[in-house]
Amino acid sequence: MAFDYDKWIRPGKLPHIWCPGCGHGIVMKGLIRALETLKLEKNNTAVVSGIGCASRLPGYIDCCTLHTAHGRAAAFATGVKMAKPEMNVILVGGDGDGTAIGGNHFIHACRRNIDMTYIIMNNYIYGMTGGQFSPATPTGHKASTTPYGNPDPCFDIAKLAIGAGATFVARGTAFHANQIDKLIVEAIQHKGFSVVEILDDCPTTYGRRNKYKSVIEMMNRLKEVAVPVKAAEKMTAEQLQGKILTGVLYKDETKPEYTAEYAKVIERAKASK
Amino acid sequence: MSKKVAFLQGNEAATYGALYAGCNFFAGYPITPSTEVAEVMSIELPKIGGKFIQMEDEIGAMAAILGASLAGAKVLTSTSGPGLSLKQELIGYGCIAEIPCVVYNVMRGGPSTGMPTGPSQSDVMCAKWGTHGDHPAICLVPASVQETYEEVIRAFNLSEKYRTPVLVMPDEIVAHMRERIVFPEPGEIEVVPRKAPTVPPEQYKPYDTQFGDVPPLASYGTGYKFHVTGLNKMQDGFPTTKAEIVQAEEERQVRKVEANADDIVTFEEYMLADAEVVVVAYGSTSRSARYAVNVAREQGIKAGMFRIKTFWPFPDKQIKALAAKVKGFVVPEMNLGMCAGEVDRNAQGKAPVLGIFRVDGEPINPDQILAKIKEVK
Repeated sequence: MAFDYDKWIRPGKLPHIWCPGCGHGIVMKGLIRALETLKLEKNNTAVVSGIGCASRLPGYIDCCTLHTAHGRAAAFATGVKMAKPEMNVILVGGDGDGTAIGGNHFIHACRRNIDMTYIIMNNYIYGMTGGQFSPATPTGHKASTTPYGNPDPCFDIAKLAIGAGATFVARGTAFHANQIDKLIVEAIQHKGFSVVEILDDCPTTYGRRNKYKSVIEMMNRLKEVAVPVKAAEKMTAEQLQGKILTGVLYKDETKPEYTAEYAKVIERAKASK
Repeated sequence: MSKKVAFLQGNEAATYGALYAGCNFFAGYPITPSTEVAEVMSIELPKIGGKFIQMEDEIGAMAAILGASLAGAKVLTSTSGPGLSLKQELIGYGCIAEIPCVVYNVMRGGPSTGMPTGPSQSDVMCAKWGTHGDHPAICLVPASVQETYEEVIRAFNLSEKYRTPVLVMPDEIVAHMRERIVFPEPGEIEVVPRKAPTVPPEQYKPYDTQFGDVPPLASYGTGYKFHVTGLNKMQDGFPTTKAEIVQAEEERQVRKVEANADDIVTFEEYMLADAEVVVVAYGSTSRSARYAVNVAREQGIKAGMFRIKTFWPFPDKQIKALAAKVKGFVVPEMNLGMCAGEVDRNAQGKAPVLGIFRVDGEPINPDQILAKIKEVK
């Protein structure tokens, strides 16, 4: 029997705003499959986002949803989670929202290791505003604000998350659709701050400026560059040149989780009365 | 039983006022001269099972209290000038998404880093006009430690009653001076709870105007799932660009506060009955003004004071009424004429407005005010 996505889609809220060929819908379907696999309670699940194309996702999902201000999803979500630690809190957003204007909140959520899952749809560009370069735009590439090629070095979002202290970091791609829900399931199950970076495509504002003739070409690129971490172990440095590792990149189950640590603060404070 | 008495700083009193009002979540970022609020909250909140979090920046602190409020907490953040500037975008978010929260802002010299340890009253316009777009503004300006305690409670009540951010803004003198404070008994001061939905979850809309200009707000995690956005929204919480809906919602958001000004605006009338010269003052400046009015009376001058306790909504009606019968206003304030401009706007040319404006980090003394009172002819 075909999977019933409608169960998690708010009635009357489709069609979505995303362009034909955009990978955000693939990620949303992956998220829905993960929510269903985990049998999460809608009333006890919050999906929080910032601003941008990817951040429109919560409006379509039938649960507690919060579409915040640009870059602030992690900070709003921290408030939700601290106030109600029993809730499942999932963040979604894009690369610009999460790592430029929201970069500070992102790294500090990683550092605290607060039990939330952050799905970053990395399409290398600010799509909603028309294709300006983001901290994830590859050096040399074209954007509406890098007409002569991007002079900026870019972030490796997964490495940034690991360096900042996130305890579960995974990467997938919009091409490897069947892997997305599995990564998200594992991320949500992980006790701590988990980051799932999904390499995505934006044919409208990124692809056409960077000589991708079609969405298929962009998807083929994701297929070609992705190397599962297991497979990479058997490959030489030369073979890994230009490749991007996918799968679960990092997992640490020893670092204390933030809301659990704060529960201990409450115990100590009560004992000191 | 005698009431509990303490000798407290304004910032400490603010914290205890918040706890009296049921505050159970605080997010903040260190900033002079308001840090004591965060410090006391970090001690007191976990004792009652509440949550304190020091965020990575001022914006994060504002975001965290908004998120926590949607999850049902009663929330506070504290800051000062530069922090208030940083929080402005999300104060606007709180206004449009209609999320109760209290922002305690101690006024220090500005703009920018300005004079971090010097008193000022130069944030009063920022409280209304700091965030972009049309929005409601409620701002309380206490003048004593006791009043800071009580006004923080009132701020929580107003934020719940009108479902909007409320600012409490003592100047640095009020925030840092120590005075005797008498704590009210539990139940002595009314604490207004959040208006909870009366409809079942499937019928709930977060901006349902069939319940009036202030629709009930459900909390995440209580069986009500709903959408919140900073975009212009419809009654069901989802974004819209439909002109007539946007216009109506924007007007409602402002109207819910402006039309209830009589319920919100508070002030003190001191020797106003026969006053010919009215000093309009607020915060610590009103303490000098009271002294000056007393001395003026001793010298046979019919002076009085209109003390502003609620800066926004501004007491337009009251100032207009006074303007029709007095010879002139004197407005002493630690800025370059922010309140004086509002008084002048309401005086409508019927009475002159003489200002005493100091931005040098020094308080305005009674002699200055007395001298200005005597200038009114």
